[in-house]
This record gives sequence, C-alpha cells and structure tokens, in this order.
Amino acid sequence: MSERLSRRKLITTGLTAAAGASGLGIAGRIADRYGLIPPDDGGIYGVGETVTYAAQRLLMSRRSLAREYNRSDISKIAPVKGEPPEHETYQSLLAGGFADWRLKIDGLVARPSFFSLAELKRFPSENHIFHQACEEGWSFIAEWTGFPLSYILNLVGVLPQAKYVVFFGFDTNFDAVDKQTIKGKWNSIDMAEAWHPQSLLAYGMNGRELPPGHGAPLRLRVPRQLGNKSTKYLSWITLTDTVKDIGQGFGAGGVERGFSWYAGI
Amino acid sequence: MAETAYLPWIAIRGSESLDSPRHSAVVRVTHWITAASFFALLVSGIAILIAHPRLYWGQTGALGAPSLIDLPIPFMIGHSGWGRYLHFLSAWVSVLTGLLYVLFGVLTPHFRQKLLPAKADLSWRRISRIVRNDLRLKRPTEEESLTYNAVQRLTYLAVVFVLFPLIILTGLAMSPAIASVVPALRNGFGGQQSARTIHFFVAVALVLFFCVHLAMVCLAGFTGRVRAMITGYSAARKERL
Repeated sequence: MSERLSRRKLITTGLTAAAGASGLGIAGRIADRYGLIPPDDGGIYGVGETVTYAAQRLLMSRRSLAREYNRSDISKIAPVKGEPPEHETYQSLLAGGFADWRLKIDGLVARPSFFSLAELKRFPSENHIFHQACEEGWSFIAEWTGFPLSYILNLVGVLPQAKYVVFFGFDTNFDAVDKQTIKGKWNSIDMAEAWHPQSLLAYGMNGRELPPGHGAPLRLRVPRQLGNKSTKYLSWITLTDTVKDIGQGFGAGGVERGFSWYAGI
Repeated sequence: MAETAYLPWIAIRGSESLDSPRHSAVVRVTHWITAASFFALLVSGIAILIAHPRLYWGQTGALGAPSLIDLPIPFMIGHSGWGRYLHFLSAWVSVLTGLLYVLFGVLTPHFRQKLLPAKADLSWRRISRIVRNDLRLKRPTEEESLTYNAVQRLTYLAVVFVLFPLIILTGLAMSPAIASVVPALRNGFGGQQSARTIHFFVAVALVLFFCVHLAMVCLAGFTGRVRAMITGYSAARKERL
C-alpha cells in the first residue's frame, strides 16, 4: 500500500513539476514579448534581475514621473565620475567648441540622420531639475537643459521592430568595424524608457553649457534609473531589435564589468 | 517500511509531550531560507556600502557636501556590481519568504499563540526578571524553552513587524524607479539619502538582533535548539527510544 502511495505521489510530483516547468516556459515567452526580460537575464543573478525588471516595468507607466525639484534644491556639489575621454577626436572637437561634432542616429529608423549641436539647440528646449544617484551611493540635484529623447525619435521615425535605443559616447570604441569588439561605457535603454517624457538629451547643466566632465556636448538623462545609465559624450545613437550582437551582448558595457543592465534598482 | 518509520513516533508520543513539533514545517523552512538570504543581504550590503561609506540626511549627499556620519571604513569601489546583483536576488527571496511566513502566521494560530505576549506577562517586573536572567547568562530550563517568554515574543514581533518592513521600505525608497511610481515613499523618509541612512541603521539593528539571537541559542543549548529548528524536535527521536 505504501508503495502504491509513493508511486502516486511520484506521479503527482512529476506532473506538478512538468506543469510548473512548462508554465515557467510559457511565462518566459509572454514576458519576452512584453519586454520584461533584461539582456543580462542569464545565470543565477539573472533570475533576480529579471524579476526586478519585470516587476518594475509592470508597476511603471508613462505617468510615473521622477520628482522635479526647485532651483533652490540644486546641489552646490555635483561630483564628476571619471575623466572626459582622452580620445584624440574628442579632444579636438572639445577644443573647437564642438562646432564639427555631429550626432548620428541610425538603425531601425525611417530616416537615418546627422545633427549638429546648433541644430539640436534649435529643437524646443526643456529644463528639468532632477535628483541623480550614482550606483556608489552619492547623489546630487541639478538642472538639465535639452529636449526629450522622444522628440528626436519622432523626427527620425522609429520602426515598429525597434526594442532598444543604444547609446555610444567618445568613451567607447564605437567606430570599431566588428561591433562585438565594442567596449567601454556604451549603454542601451528599452523603448518604455526611451519614450518616457522625462528621458532627455541634455546639452546644458545648471544654466550653462554642459561641462566636459558631465558629458559635453550631449548626454542622456534618464531620471528613473541610476546615473550610470545616463550615457555621456554622445556620438552615435542606434535603434535595434537586439543587443546580442554588440560587445558581449548584454546591452551595456557596464554589464561586462559586473554591473546590472537595468538601473531602476 | 511504513511501520518502521512510524514506531519511534508512537514511542515519543506515549512518553513525552512532544507530539506536536516545537516549530512547524513552515516556520522551519522559512527560518532557514531567511537565514541564508539575510547572510547574502548582509555580505552584499557591505559590498555596496564600502563604495561610499558615508551617510547623509536629506535628498542628496556627496564628497564635499556635509555628511551625517563618516564610517571608519576605507572607500572601496568595484564591489557594488555583484553586490547589487546578489542584494536584489536575495531581497526577492527574503521578501517572498517573509510574505509566506506572515500569511502563515495570520492564517494559523502561530502569531496569536506563539508571538503575541499575554497581557499578564507585560509587567515591568516580569520583563526585567527575564532580562536580568538573560544578562546573568542563566540557562533556560527545558520547560522554559518550550515556549517564548515575553521578551522573546516582543523582540520577534519587532523584527517581523517593524525592522523587516522598515528595511524593505527604505530599500524601495532608494530606487529611482519606485520613487517615480510612489513619490510619497521616498519623500516620507525625508529623501533618498535619508532612506539610505535609515536602511543602514535598521541593518545594524538586525545584525544586533542576530548576535543576541545566536548568543541565546548557544545559552539554551546550541545543538538542541538548532535541531528543533531543523527537525522540529529538540531531542533526537532515535536517541530517546
């Protein structure tokens, strides 16, 4: 009798496990379709990362806004993390006041384009005073001048297959022929973050030109994620349906150095 | 097979009042999962903290700005990457386990019978006697260790219903994404840096609880207490036969 019981138990357990596994498989495919799986979903840490990313994506909407502060809240100290690139091209562009700098936007867009800094400054500009926290633990409040990323995305026309906007600055070897050899602080965001009204491309900070240390001539500002997501010294923005073929395929150079791709924490 | 497994159970049942386990299966399983995730949270929390071992009050804080406390720890960047991965993985494990435990505690007599102190036991005289005995390292009797005394009950209730919720909420308040969904959470704690500072002190309180908890377990008899939390019974059943 005990044998039959244990066999029944075994079959029940087996069936439950199979149902559970296929349930997980189906859940995984649904999650992937709705953009709930981050590019660094592998390994044991990937489990926690996927749950965090999926949970926050489900909680957040376009109306989830980062707090906008007053001018009186602006921090006197706005630390700079890392030096501006020593890259020869960057240094000569900086010396020339970025007059010869162009922002390239291509990939899954209807009209791949180049923009000069003067052209970008003619876009309808916005000022936002955001809190920015570094993943190390420190933080500051600053005012950023620029335009919504969505403005320029609408200008170039995003194709429906696009799933990520990828950002390359002068602190990467973005001009590498083989995209898999790209290293450095390149980063990517999903379309939900890209279309969010507070995701900015900024060329000004605290009422002045964006200082080199803070990412001149142009940087991304995504206030709903940690500071390391706000790519500096931009040169090239590309839209893609996969980040698997860039660098080691984790969606950001930082992941290769051990930092998670999603930084909403 | 079934018979041989059943015999010692009957033997104990007849001779001792150990027919129901000291700790139920849910308590035992959630205890050890929480213990493992607490250890992982502590290690990864330290890895994150040492990147910037300075605490502030308010929304912002950075080197060059006034701090609340400068912890006597050297700045060590480079560990917060894996630190965060591990911290959030174990936070999920810990929070989901905690939810299961609280659900169990509410739906069964667990909280009411085992953790809620009796009104009569809440007098200062009784509480101070327990604390005095503990400070003298007086070993509890076998009968005393079958239930929790008032001080233990109050401590466990504080850990489950004050410290754990507080450390979870201050953790969430630090998240820029969560702050955009529930701005009141971050602002309620006085800002992102205030939440970070409170998070640190609640972690210190939990570590203190852990040290006292461990000391009391040793005082009451380490093997017996740990065995009770693993098997449910403080005495090995086979030995008793």
